[in-house]
Amino acid sequence: MHLTRDEEKGLSGEYGEATSAAYRILVAIGEATDAEKLVPIKWAHVSGVNYNTIGDSGLEFLREISKDGKVRVNTSLNPMGFDRENLPELSPEFIEKQFEIARAYEKIGVIPTFSCIPYEILPIPQEGTQVSFAESSAAVLANSHLNIITNKESALSALASALTGKSPYSDLRIDENRSPMVEIVNETDLENELDYGLLGYFTGKTIQKSCTGICNISENTDMWSLKSLAAGIGTSGSCGMFQPKKPSKFIEKVNYGKREMNETRDELNTSEDGQLITFGSPQLGIEEISKIQTLMDGKKFTKPCKIFCPKSVFCKAKQYGIIDSLQKSGVDFISDACTCLTPLINKKNYDSIITNSVKASYYMKTSNKVSVALKSLKSIIKGYTV
Amino acid sequence: MRFDLEIKCKKIVGGRTKGKLLLSKKPINFLGMVNTQSGEITNTSNGFERQNLKGKILVFPNSIGSSVGAYTIYSLKSNNVAPNGIICTNNVDITTASGCAISNIPLAFIDNQRYNDLVNCIKILGKNKEIEITLDTEEGKIIID
Repeated sequence: MHLTRDEEKGLSGEYGEATSAAYRILVAIGEATDAEKLVPIKWAHVSGVNYNTIGDSGLEFLREISKDGKVRVNTSLNPMGFDRENLPELSPEFIEKQFEIARAYEKIGVIPTFSCIPYEILPIPQEGTQVSFAESSAAVLANSHLNIITNKESALSALASALTGKSPYSDLRIDENRSPMVEIVNETDLENELDYGLLGYFTGKTIQKSCTGICNISENTDMWSLKSLAAGIGTSGSCGMFQPKKPSKFIEKVNYGKREMNETRDELNTSEDGQLITFGSPQLGIEEISKIQTLMDGKKFTKPCKIFCPKSVFCKAKQYGIIDSLQKSGVDFISDACTCLTPLINKKNYDSIITNSVKASYYMKTSNKVSVALKSLKSIIKGYTV
Repeated sequence: MRFDLEIKCKKIVGGRTKGKLLLSKKPINFLGMVNTQSGEITNTSNGFERQNLKGKILVFPNSIGSSVGAYTIYSLKSNNVAPNGIICTNNVDITTASGCAISNIPLAFIDNQRYNDLVNCIKILGKNKEIEITLDTEEGKIIID
């Protein structure tokens, strides 16, 4: 990969250790993806915030980076382990280390959004803008629905892009790689957000290409379903983009029928029932919280229910009276965190949970060792309210 | 009989290292499947037995899933349970590349043909035998001892 003289200087350490480490990461990715050069990006979204996932070594790495690192573009931040303003019963050590991670990011200039849906809380740049999104569900959604361009970045590659304002020009950043070479032909009736999540999980697991077509999904799919689809794709594979399309004669096809849907559900649905209902992986936006309020219509949940959303969404919903209404229905709101990998839900306090998120289901089972009853929003409200 | 075979590889992260070969035909989600304290692959639904990454040369298609997997690779290294080297056989994804770059774990890519050479070699040496290989990404080669 060709580096300009300025980039060479950055790599050699002339602009500090953090910048040098960032260029080392970008050069390795450039080699890996056969990039010819680095290109400017306008927005970075960084993951690797939750102490539960990055641990002491991640914290130590961020301490070093924050000594002389500064972001060069607008940079938003993924969720951490808990709500900053509503401290949970976690060990003081966990809480202190989590805050230290947050401070390290703030010190380098990152906006403390603590959200995996940055596209719902910050302005979307104009079509075709190059960005660098680490959160896998956000990267897939950015390419597929928001008309902005990113590779499926890693926590470290997005941080490197934040610190340099650049990313290797490869893969989905190049126009010709944004056309599907393979397509999933959906033969099922996608009735709800869970069905879209299952389709996404199957797609990511099956398709090894960067971009895939998906046939027979509605062009008017709602945001919750699109987020579920993107999160499913991001969880199970390396694919970074989907295109809704009509079947083409000239492209390799993979069928997705009732059997494939059931097999995917069987893999992710690991419990019949659960002790806790959770919504939000990815975090919920204002429309989704509103939808829950409408469907609840004053009813009460019969099991504890947690909704994960960004702080800014919580404040907006509070103004509209939605928060108060849902709290009366038994909902506990948690900002700054996400169902996926939160330390608030683990095998010590729950054997099983109920959720409509395939992403939450995968990580709850594999990382938190908690079983999951996977049900759609409507089915959860029908089955667990009075 | 001494058996020596060299397979060319593409350097992604430089270095020379040795270790027992650990071959996975399926991709790995580092965040969801690996214990960073022990180096053990904990999710056995992926065709793995309870293997440990420590000191191995991991040969696998590519990583999948969470972007935080890059930190998992870094944690493995910090906790002294990382693989000594990694070879990707489908594509070198950004998570693996960035995780290895910051952890100084030699990383290489081999294409389909060379992957088949490696698999044939394993068959000749015996499926159950532990095979030690040297990964020299600076020289662009894998040496099977």
